[in-house]
Amino acid sequence: MKTFTQHQGVAAPLIRNNVDTDAIIPSREMKLVSKQGLGEGLFAGWRYLNPAERQVNPEFVLNQAAYQNTSILLSGMNFGCGSSREHAVWALKEFGIQAVIAASFGTIFYNNCTRNGILPIVLPEQAIDQLMKDCSDDPQINQINIDLPGQQVLSPSGAHWHFDIEAAPKEMLVEGLDPIALTLKQADRIEKFEERYQQQFPWLQ
Amino acid sequence: MSQTLFEKLWQRHLVSELDGDTGLLYIDRVFLHERTGSIALKSLESDGRQVKRPDQVFCAMDHIVDTLPGRNDETLVPSGKNFIQTTRQAAHAAEIQLFDIDDPRQGIVHVVSPEQGIVQPGLTLVCPDSHTCSQGALGALAWGIGSSEAEHALATKTLRVNKPKTMRVRFDGKLADGVTAKDMILHLIGSYGAAGGSGYVIEFAGAVITELDIEARLTLCNMAVEFSAFTGLIAPDSKTFAYLQGRPYVPAGEAWGQAVADWQTLYSDEQAEFDREIVVDCTEIAPTVTWGTSPEHALAITASVPDPGGEADVHRSQAMTKALTYMGLKPGDKLTELAITGAFIGSCTNSRISDLRVAANILKGRQVAEGVTAICVPGSSLVKRQAEAEGLDSVFKAAGFEWRESGCSMCFFAGGESFGYRERVVTSTNRNFESRQGPETRSHLASPATVAASAVLGRLADVRELEKRI
Repeated sequence: MKTFTQHQGVAAPLIRNNVDTDAIIPSREMKLVSKQGLGEGLFAGWRYLNPAERQVNPEFVLNQAAYQNTSILLSGMNFGCGSSREHAVWALKEFGIQAVIAASFGTIFYNNCTRNGILPIVLPEQAIDQLMKDCSDDPQINQINIDLPGQQVLSPSGAHWHFDIEAAPKEMLVEGLDPIALTLKQADRIEKFEERYQQQFPWLQ
Repeated sequence: MSQTLFEKLWQRHLVSELDGDTGLLYIDRVFLHERTGSIALKSLESDGRQVKRPDQVFCAMDHIVDTLPGRNDETLVPSGKNFIQTTRQAAHAAEIQLFDIDDPRQGIVHVVSPEQGIVQPGLTLVCPDSHTCSQGALGALAWGIGSSEAEHALATKTLRVNKPKTMRVRFDGKLADGVTAKDMILHLIGSYGAAGGSGYVIEFAGAVITELDIEARLTLCNMAVEFSAFTGLIAPDSKTFAYLQGRPYVPAGEAWGQAVADWQTLYSDEQAEFDREIVVDCTEIAPTVTWGTSPEHALAITASVPDPGGEADVHRSQAMTKALTYMGLKPGDKLTELAITGAFIGSCTNSRISDLRVAANILKGRQVAEGVTAICVPGSSLVKRQAEAEGLDSVFKAAGFEWRESGCSMCFFAGGESFGYRERVVTSTNRNFESRQGPETRSHLASPATVAASAVLGRLADVRELEKRI
């Protein structure tokens, strides 16, 4: 997995609550048994006036020239709620999104992000409103800076905020670790646990 | 020391403490389906990794399969056949139990698992499907994950889990006539918001929970994820044990006694402390429906569409305005005056035999209103067969409902089965998101009773209106 340490990029506001994973990647855009080929279907219901014919909706923020090369999304409460589909994260990644800053996240979506090198950041709504204002004049120039090791978001205005992240997912992102390989290093410990567990709960084996 | 039920489940599965509040948890069972399980199995294989305990992994065909009579691998979902066949090949290669399309036990993951007794009190069960929280109804720690985490669980028998905070939601009082578990959970989400449970594992408790049968508890826990909770949980009791006894995957003989003795220790100690407690007075709950595009847009059926101007929170107010436009509604519209053209009974929320009995009881001797397409999709092939043995299928068909094969069907629109453009639909499912059930379809979530009553009256209906006329 790619490492995530510092990132500076264009931030696009998608300020609404409960942006669900059906909106991020509609089920009908998941056409292959694959983690690839999903970027085009990202936000298909909003991004296209007619999703089937891919007729671009000029109103949608990611279609506007000012927000070309967006790599950071700003949103409201409960971003990524709903379906567990990891395709939502794969689609964001393929599109070029590297971080999402929101007031809160759906839990499964949050975990899917950290598994795929995307950084989910929780900030208070006021901070997100401020970031949106600070970037809105010329988003291409007024970019946001994210420092994961330092756990800080820096606005182009100079305002900055600390954000929380658990030590384990932070380490995975910073080091670009494969969690399965990491866990398999504890194989002995798991086997020992299993022995005891099987004796304690024999009907489960 | 006093412990919550969650703490007990956490401790018995904790292999090791990782950094911070993260634990490596032992996973007893993994369930997969052809939509997201296919990619997990395929990816595991291409990484050269093995399923560690194939005998404890299960897979259902539910998401992509058609529910039309005579179905096979061909499906209305574009490239759906590929998902079905990839899953079948991968499941056979990994030697896991597959409930395939022609298996009499086929059905929706969260219907099949309790029905077969695969989920049991005290165990951990994960599935790359957000509604896995349903299965917490039996006192298991069951939660939805992504495909990558499913690979992790398959390969290592463990998961790295950030420990959630604990919340208890106590349902006190008594349910009024016509009010069901579906109304309870919609009422809760409507009262506290779709992010109200964010960061918490929720134990549902109280007098009303004790009264609910197991299938109703599954309905309640099913929508814990719509409350943004890590998962939902109900302490197992004598109803749970009675429900499980004799099911295919449940221990028998001496092992049954051993298991029950253990299961009886699975409850929150009297002095246990929760990070948050909510008390709901059930006497205040009416049959509840959603009007907007989030499950938090829920109101009593007797209410009118709200005015975003009355909402102090600016983001919520904006979301309400967007939802009104999408749903084709204006503030003040009476919910019981909204005409519908579609009615759906099905999904992992409300498609079990008790749901079908309730709906059939309302439909008996009545007709679906003209212009309404009404569809019933049983949650599993066994539910379907049971319903047919009871003659419920005849009731549905005589009323004008389509009677289908089991599957997820029109709970979501994958390009196949769907309702029409901007059609207004009353549905026993769990998500009223934009275009969830068809192109710009306007979905109103409700209980099976409300769906049946609405189908008959051709508009969103208060089931008590019909009961009065009996």
